Amino acid sequence: MMPQDLVLYEEQFEKIRQALQRLLEDANARLVFLVDKNGQQIAAVGDMTSLDTTSLASLTAGNVAATDGLARLIGEKEFSILFHEGASDNIHISIVARRVILVVIFDERASLGLVRLRVRRATAELETVFEEIARKVESESLSLAAEPEAPFSEITDEDIDRLFSE
Amino acid sequence: MTFINYAVREINCKIVYYGPGLGGKTTNLQYIYDRTNTSSRGKLISLATETERTLFFDFLPLELGEIRGFKARFHLYTVPGQVFYDASRKLILRGVDGIIFVADSQESRMEANAESIRNLDKNLSEQGYDIATTPYVLQLNKRDLPTAVAVDEMYRRLNIKGEPTFEATATTGAGVFDTLKAAARLVLADLKRK
Repeated sequence: MMPQDLVLYEEQFEKIRQALQRLLEDANARLVFLVDKNGQQIAAVGDMTSLDTTSLASLTAGNVAATDGLARLIGEKEFSILFHEGASDNIHISIVARRVILVVIFDERASLGLVRLRVRRATAELETVFEEIARKVESESLSLAAEPEAPFSEITDEDIDRLFSE
Repeated sequence: MTFINYAVREINCKIVYYGPGLGGKTTNLQYIYDRTNTSSRGKLISLATETERTLFFDFLPLELGEIRGFKARFHLYTVPGQVFYDASRKLILRGVDGIIFVADSQESRMEANAESIRNLDKNLSEQGYDIATTPYVLQLNKRDLPTAVAVDEMYRRLNIKGEPTFEATATTGAGVFDTLKAAARLVLADLKRK
């Protein structure tokens, strides 16, 4: 079976952002973001001015994928939490709903204990949203013919040419 | 696995450069990075060894513009070509939307090219993909070398499904953007089909 595309709608996107924002505040974190296991950033909140979140997303996914590989090699299903400790900033990485990665970057204003505690709560919230998304995608694929918002079925060769016109 | 975000009106696609070691996958990315406006590309990340062999992957995010009101973003990845990095190659293929196979035109690398295509086919099926239906472009790289095998002969040996094929010299950039455009076109056409 081909892997499913990830489709995100406004309503669920807003819920995800709210959950991340709450986690950011409750954990005193610098930056909180959510990445698909394939490296696509889903949402991010916090201080993004000094950080390249696209690169962060791709490297996080690579990191988790490599660690998953390590886990399987030693007979574990996965390492559900990764923690990288730096001199002033730290990264806490955990898996949500088996397919997305929650990343919290924090400094001395927070502690690992606090972050772990808040991440657990946020994970439960986010899992509910992802269940909702899965249900929505399933029901929409059943009524595919009636899909009103499938803009890509209309893509023409001219649209594609235009992308490369510069 | 395309990621469509209706909330911020973005589509994100992943294109992977595959092929045997030292074939020029990283050089393709480096050229695209050097020749793309800073506003439409992010950083080029290279996880390489001290001798500049790709260890895990290279990554370059590109933003090509808008299509049907959606920002089209392409994430370009390379895999490490060396045979013993197979575990890493499998990880990078996760969620791929399109593949560019960078073949090395030197006669001495023909078997390595063929072996790498077999490896791609195997790794794709392990991830649930079928190479026959996955957007796929063939690039015959290093056309500038005196030992380069004739194009017809390479096509006969390496083509698997009549895929778009391009001659290239990644060090000078010849054929690099043509290959990328063809892959992006196939990925977007595939999106339309879905």
